[in-house]
Amino acid sequence: MAEVFFFIAGIGAVCGAVGVVMVRNPFYSVLALVFHLLSLAALFLLLQAQFVAAAQVVVYAGAVMVLYVFVVAYVGGSAPGTLRAPVGRGQRATAVLFGLALFVELAIAVLGSGLKALDGDGPTVGASFGSPDHIGELLLTKFLLPFEVASFLLLIAAVGAVVLARRRGGIGEDDPDRVAVMDFRLPPGIGTMAEAVGGQSSREPLELGPGGGEPTRTGGKEGGW
Amino acid sequence: MSIEWYLVVSALIFSIGAAGVLTRRNPLVILLCLELMLNAANIALIAFARMWGNSDGQIFAIIVMVVAACEVCIGLGLVVALYRRRLPIDVDEIRELHG
Repeated sequence: MAEVFFFIAGIGAVCGAVGVVMVRNPFYSVLALVFHLLSLAALFLLLQAQFVAAAQVVVYAGAVMVLYVFVVAYVGGSAPGTLRAPVGRGQRATAVLFGLALFVELAIAVLGSGLKALDGDGPTVGASFGSPDHIGELLLTKFLLPFEVASFLLLIAAVGAVVLARRRGGIGEDDPDRVAVMDFRLPPGIGTMAEAVGGQSSREPLELGPGGGEPTRTGGKEGGW
Repeated sequence: MSIEWYLVVSALIFSIGAAGVLTRRNPLVILLCLELMLNAANIALIAFARMWGNSDGQIFAIIVMVVAACEVCIGLGLVVALYRRRLPIDVDEIRELHG
C-alpha cells in the first residue's frame, strides 16, 4: 500500500515541479507549486514525519504561497517583461542539458553509494518518531541554539522586508508626479490590484480609443514572462 | 518503499529546480524554483532521518523551511521595491551590480 501512495505522491510532486518551470503565467506557477508542496507533505507522511508534513501544509502551502499570490497579483498587472521575448532556444537547451546532467550525477551518487541501509525501509521506529512532542522536545533541548537563531533570522527578515518594500523615502525617489513609460502601456482604471493597493491616482485619465467608447489597451500579451 | 526511491525523487526535483532557475527570467518564478530546490533538500533530509531512525534530520528540515521563508520574504520585498521604482521585473535587466 505504501508503494501506491509513494508513486501517487512522487508523480504528483514531479509533475508540480515541472509545472512550476514550464507554465508561462506566474500565477499558475504558484498554483503548481502549491500542488507540489501538498504532494511533498504526503511523501513526508510516508516517511513518518508527521509534524514536518503538517508544518509544510500550514506554513508553506498556506502562508508562504498566499504571500506569493498577493505579490503576483500586485506586480503582474503590468508585466514589463512582456516587452522581451522569452529566453532563447540555446539557453533553454543548455538549461535542460544541465538539469539532465545534474540528475544523472545525483542518481549515480545515490545508487552507487556504499550505504547499505539505503536499500531497506529503515529501522522500525516507534509511534513517537516525528511526532510533535518529540520534535518539540528536541527543539527545546538539543537544538535550542539553532531554534533561537532561526527565530532571530525570521525577525531580521521581517524587518528587512518592511524596509525594502515601504512606500517612499530612504531607498530612492518615488515621486508620484514622475511619469514613466510604463504608465502608458496599461490604461488606468481597469481594476488591477496594483491600483487598489498602490493608490496610483496620479495617472492620466482613460484615453479613448479610435472606436469611441473603448479605452485603448496597448499592453502586450499576457503572462509572457 | 526503499529509501533510495525518495532520494531519486529528491534528485529529480532538484534538477528541475536548477534548470528552472537557468531558464526563467521573472524573479518571482526564479524564487519559486529556489523553493523547489530547497524542498528537494528537505525530502533528502527527511529520508535520511528515516534511514537512521533519528529525528535530527527532521529538525534540519524545519530549519530549512525557516530559511526558505526568510528568503521568500526578502525576495518578494525586492520585487515589490522594483515594481515601485518602475524598474523592469526581469533579471536580465537588473544589472547594476553586474560588475
